[in-house]
Amino acid sequence: MADLKDFVAGVDSNAKKSPRRIVFITRRTSAQVKAETEEQLQTFPEVLFRAAVAVMTLGVVLVWTALLFNAPLEGLADPSHTPNPAKAPWYFLGLQEMLHYFPPVVAGVLAPGLVVMALIVIPYFRVNIEADGLFLKDRQKRLRIFYLVAGALSLFLLFFKVYAALVPTLIMAMLMLIAAQSTPHSASPFRRYLAARPLSYWVMTWFLFELVVLTAIGTFFRGPGWAWVWPWQGS
Amino acid sequence: MAKTVDQYFDDLQQTRLWRSIFRSGPGSSTLKRALVIQQNVFLHLFSTKVRTRVLSFSATWYLGTLTLGTFLILVATGIPLMLYYHPSAPQAYADTKDLQFVVSSGMFLRNLHRWSAHAMVFLVFAHMFKVFYRGAYRPPREFNWVIGVILLLITLLLSYTGYLLPWDQLAYWAITVGSNIASAVPVIGDKIHFLLLGGHTVNANALLRFYVLHCMILPLTAMFFVAIHFWRIRKDGGLYNHDSEPATVRARNAGSAVKETN
Repeated sequence: MADLKDFVAGVDSNAKKSPRRIVFITRRTSAQVKAETEEQLQTFPEVLFRAAVAVMTLGVVLVWTALLFNAPLEGLADPSHTPNPAKAPWYFLGLQEMLHYFPPVVAGVLAPGLVVMALIVIPYFRVNIEADGLFLKDRQKRLRIFYLVAGALSLFLLFFKVYAALVPTLIMAMLMLIAAQSTPHSASPFRRYLAARPLSYWVMTWFLFELVVLTAIGTFFRGPGWAWVWPWQGS
Repeated sequence: MAKTVDQYFDDLQQTRLWRSIFRSGPGSSTLKRALVIQQNVFLHLFSTKVRTRVLSFSATWYLGTLTLGTFLILVATGIPLMLYYHPSAPQAYADTKDLQFVVSSGMFLRNLHRWSAHAMVFLVFAHMFKVFYRGAYRPPREFNWVIGVILLLITLLLSYTGYLLPWDQLAYWAITVGSNIASAVPVIGDKIHFLLLGGHTVNANALLRFYVLHCMILPLTAMFFVAIHFWRIRKDGGLYNHDSEPATVRARNAGSAVKETN
């Protein structure tokens, strides 16, 4: 094996004397070393074709929706006649539901501001990159923090009678407790799955759960005076 | 012997005019197909090849592609709608009525625009959660995630500003409820509220402002960020696939090296 190399490594800046030169990439300076080759498709035409099929399928669905269902149009805007309830677009009804419980500066400014900030910083925290199961390391310490945070949050929601947000919080807390009692070697696949979930997963899933529940309540369960109504009761 | 359609197309691709517009000539070699992407100002945002594994439906549910689809539908239906619409009160309402009952296919245009807008908001949220649960926000893609959050906010603003334009009761009071939240911002809340509406209440000025935001400022901003969003997918190493990430491969290789030495 030895002495098979057909080059001599050396430092030489004279291109005329030694036209063949070799670049040594040290580990420190390598930008992206291609680690592995795997099967690839050409963007044109294969990938663009798939994208076109996806968009056309969506187009067909939306065209049928547009043919079958008319967009709502009510009477002319009248500043002197307030409808009851006055509802925001559906994607803001979660916010409007929060406004029912908290002052506008909390529900309308602080909460959405924090959500946007939290979304932006997700990829900048090492804990979210490593994404180890939440309770797999420092179990006792993390459990104590979990009890503290979940308890404080639940009491806070209970104090302001925000049952709509309290119920999802309690359900998530229960799932997290199951996760804390599970290991990657648990018998049931569901427990193994929960045990491997990292912190970001729990926070995001809690947020998604709250978003869906609050939006659904604001959309379907709120009538005149923002009082609770069942969807089948009408208005 | 008669020429086939493909041969006619090849002839067309060899003409001087065609070659002056599309630099890549006829043929379907890998090089030519790569050039189609690489030499097109819009398509060169994408990479010329994509890993087969990330194209499976379960990898992305095609949510990003579908979001772009709704955006294109919204542009295509929004421009004709603009032709029949005056952003002045109460004319805006009369124009919307005309779209419903007078303009040919006006009802269809408006329906398609509105349902596509709702679909886009939904798809943007779905796309965000799908990317999150896949872990695709991880470095080096962290800034593309941030651009995605910006695009989410732009989408919400686009939908929200469009909500006022029909100038009916639904629009008027939804915007009143929403814009009042702006007043709750400490110290400068009332200023923001006034700047947004061009007055203390939702009025003709607000309609014009929302129209300009909806039809010009926000779509242009969205296109700007969408271009960066797509370009960065290529620059950040293609669509995310956990098994092909350098860190995963390094860990796997290190693991197998340990096994070999044992």
